Amino acid sequence: MFGAAVIVFRETLEAALLMGIIAAAARSIPGRDRWLVLGLTAGLAGSLVVAALTKSIADLADGAGQEMFNAAVLGIAVLMLGWHNIWMARHGAAMATHARSVVASVEKGRRELSAIAIVIALAVLREGSETVLFLYGLASGGGLTLAGAVAGGALGLIGGIAAGGGIYAGLLRIPVRWLFSVTGTLILLLAAGMAGQMARFLIQADLLPAGITPLWDTSAVLPVDSALGSVLHVLVGYEARPSATQMLFYGCALLAILGGMRWARPARNQTS
Amino acid sequence: MKNTALAFLLLAATSLAFAEGDEFRLIIKDHRFTPSELKVPAGKKVKLLVENQDGTPEEFESHELNREKVIPGGSKATIYVGPLKPGRYPFFGEFNEKTARGVLIAE
Repeated sequence: MFGAAVIVFRETLEAALLMGIIAAAARSIPGRDRWLVLGLTAGLAGSLVVAALTKSIADLADGAGQEMFNAAVLGIAVLMLGWHNIWMARHGAAMATHARSVVASVEKGRRELSAIAIVIALAVLREGSETVLFLYGLASGGGLTLAGAVAGGALGLIGGIAAGGGIYAGLLRIPVRWLFSVTGTLILLLAAGMAGQMARFLIQADLLPAGITPLWDTSAVLPVDSALGSVLHVLVGYEARPSATQMLFYGCALLAILGGMRWARPARNQTS
Repeated sequence: MKNTALAFLLLAATSLAFAEGDEFRLIIKDHRFTPSELKVPAGKKVKLLVENQDGTPEEFESHELNREKVIPGGSKATIYVGPLKPGRYPFFGEFNEKTARGVLIAE
């Protein structure tokens, strides 16, 4: 049962941390909770569908279907996170100074929140479908009773949600003045890490060359499967043995989003 | 001119993709990998064909190889790795970590 709990925790962690950070970043946008729940629900429903379709997805594109699917999901998430950060670069200052809400128009806020809902749905979908498959395998393979699988799954899920809630609570302690800079930086690194993961899937399917591999090897110092390594992997895209292509994608996503944020930032004299 | 360059690039890319035809088979049965030690050549790209003969899904995962792929029950998956430096690269099945363990030896 604890083995099941650990795996479910590991799978839940990424989506939960992302959700915690995004919830903090979207604080004071009216209607936030509704969109968060919408994204979460869509993601959960989607993960059941994806889990049921795993075999068909895997067989697509000469067996590279799973990698392409993952790469596409990650690619869209990177775009949405980038859009969010650029949007916040424009409106964050006003939101911070007026403390509560006041997004110029509800319409604009809605578009921003729908981007956020999509990111959450995709994160939950990716991790959730793997969790469903794993628990299904456990329950049907006789490795565990159904009750054991459910209990283990619930325990892991609670752990993951606690981690997400923890980062959310922690972020809310930051004064509003700095909150959006902190969440903006976190989301920037998250998005860059996802772009790196996207490249990794395309390399795995032989759709992209790996380049120099590994570009560096820090697996002796900080392995990705250690507690700190896996948290850093989720948060900033840390890799112990990345390929050059993976880091190229990381760097390009980072620069593109940073550039967009800079470009969108309102002129100084407007913010006062 | 541009087109010629592009065509050349595409040709180079496809020939690269097909040049390394080294295929190696792994079988998952009863949540174990067979063979549990697989020797592959170092310094070139290698194609792993993993066949899951169990009825339940498995996730092939390796931190050393930087790979992860879900393999549904009763199906085959292709995973490209390398070019690898000589050495040992452990892998495991994340869904059955206790029994599903193996190592790729590049030499």
